[in-house]
Amino acid sequence: MAKKRMIQAINETLHGEMAKDDKIILFGEDVEISLFGDTRGLKDKFGTRVRNMPISETVMSGMAVGAAAAGYKVVCHMMFGNFMYTGFDSIANQASKLRYMTAGQIELPIVYMGVFGGGRSAAAQHSDAMHPMFMNLGGIKVALPATPADATGLLRAAIHDPNPVMFLQAAGRGGESGEVPDEEQIIELGKASTVHEGNDVTMVAIGAMVRSALRAARKLAKDGIGVELIDPRTVVPLDSEAILASVRRTGRLVVVDEARDMCSAASHIAAVCADQAFYALKAPIRRVTVPDVALPYSPPLEKALLPNEGRIADAVREVLGKKAVEEV
Amino acid sequence: MNQQKTNFSNEQMLAFYRDMLRIRRVEEQIGKDAKAGNIPGAVHLYIGQEAVGVGFCSQLSDDDWIASTHRGHGHYLAKGGDSKLLMAEIYGREGGMCKGHGGSMHVADFSKGIIGANGIVGAGISITTGAAWAAQLDGKGAVGIAFFGDGAANQGVLCEAINVAQLWKLPVIFVCENNGFSEFSPSSTVTAGNIVDRAKPYGAAHEAVDGNDLIAVWQCAARAIKRARDGEGPTLIEARTYRQRGHVEAEASFLGSAYRTDEEVAEWIARDPIPAFGKRLLDAEQATRSDLDRIEKEIMGEVAEAVRYAETSPYPDSANQTTSYMFA
Repeated sequence: MAKKRMIQAINETLHGEMAKDDKIILFGEDVEISLFGDTRGLKDKFGTRVRNMPISETVMSGMAVGAAAAGYKVVCHMMFGNFMYTGFDSIANQASKLRYMTAGQIELPIVYMGVFGGGRSAAAQHSDAMHPMFMNLGGIKVALPATPADATGLLRAAIHDPNPVMFLQAAGRGGESGEVPDEEQIIELGKASTVHEGNDVTMVAIGAMVRSALRAARKLAKDGIGVELIDPRTVVPLDSEAILASVRRTGRLVVVDEARDMCSAASHIAAVCADQAFYALKAPIRRVTVPDVALPYSPPLEKALLPNEGRIADAVREVLGKKAVEEV
Repeated sequence: MNQQKTNFSNEQMLAFYRDMLRIRRVEEQIGKDAKAGNIPGAVHLYIGQEAVGVGFCSQLSDDDWIASTHRGHGHYLAKGGDSKLLMAEIYGREGGMCKGHGGSMHVADFSKGIIGANGIVGAGISITTGAAWAAQLDGKGAVGIAFFGDGAANQGVLCEAINVAQLWKLPVIFVCENNGFSEFSPSSTVTAGNIVDRAKPYGAAHEAVDGNDLIAVWQCAARAIKRARDGEGPTLIEARTYRQRGHVEAEASFLGSAYRTDEEVAEWIARDPIPAFGKRLLDAEQATRSDLDRIEKEIMGEVAEAVRYAETSPYPDSANQTTSYMFA
């Protein structure tokens, strides 16, 4: 084990995989200089397999489809997840449908990378959590690593997966460190991990929300409240079985998601549990999400909207029938 | 110089004639079937534009890539696609090229370099650019050709693609088949300037050609293909032709008024590329009437066989196959 920053873990994984497999190619805006640091050094090492793109998301997301159809494993770095909206046709109409429409004639190994989420005053057009939009497309897997170890294992799996995968890094979390195993790890897409154990309430947290959820779980443990915190790690495929098994045991569910509430990953997970674990539930399901607004620029406004430890802990107390407290 | 070639052998000339007539007769059958209610979805016919598809695709191998449009049967057949599998796909049958999952607008055969027809206007432009990047990395001289219409030329992706293809010297050819109509709108009402000129600001090669003259198309294609294979970058070609049929078969049943005159259609039918080419063959004594009759008969046999195959192919099993190619 070694302590690594999230961005370093991603960078090392890209270096390692590209060195092993010369069919892996990577392109995107400013990937040579690398704004976030995740693609730094790749150009020097891999030459024409790494290319800076013009700011042309529409052609870029489609080029990824063409290059993958022609036999390459493509990493397409879209920089900010919000920019994926500009290149959305090739993601929504092409990448997500081509394998199905052609009855599986080809593999389409594409990793679309981008940072997502708020917390840094990046304002409305650089702060969306857009994973629910991809969840509804049907043919795209969606990975949201919460730790450096998961980032490396999920990215490795994503690169070699025969399907398009969205690899969404939490924008404000690149500098976070965590232990990464020395041996190469592949984390199967669709396998949740249990981050904190407990018997009173099941909590599902997604991406960057895992850290706040974990803090809340640790504080609640001191008050004698046992939270079982599950990080699904990918929302497509979703490890519904792991979530349902926990909910059937605890009878209570809180879902924490940085997406806007309407049609969020949280609402889908809540629906699945209401549907399939209804008789085990002892209390209504609570979602801790972002209200249906654009994220504002000013720090106090943004902070008030994003799920935080306090709101998460309040939701847990609420499903336990305990009065929510103002400060946790 | 090969690209200046005019003295084609009698055999080659007959092959051009056969390839064009084959597309025509298959599509006439599809038109009849659509009218008779044998086809579940919409069909968009290529009738009148065959010289473009054949002029380009007759110079390609299975290693070269093409992407096509919603009007894609002609490109599929010209690139070597099987007519039985096409017909069964349009009929929505298990024996179709995509096992009934794609239909008319999504026929594809990756084993023959046919990335496929596409229901999104202009979408093939970016995909082909990506496939051309893959071909450049492979270094084996393969090229990518994106066929699209004058309507698609008004999608911003064309400018994005010409820019990156010219910068990277990609082996890609952008073939705009200007058939006079952007769905139900005459080109003159939605398109400013000449489409071929859109390559100029990027410094990319460009050429306009009479899309109803197979030999002229062939020569123009040869120049662009050579440029691509020699590493000299992309070419934008505007092939001027005419859509003899409607945007979609059966449009008369829902359109309240006409968007063109009968005289205009008649004028272009008089310039139909196939009878003109047949006459050229006879006048130059490169073929006899009986040669042409024999080809007609062979093709009608192929069409009958394709229909028989499609009609007798079962529908896909809806109990087991609705999700079978998701994340295959």
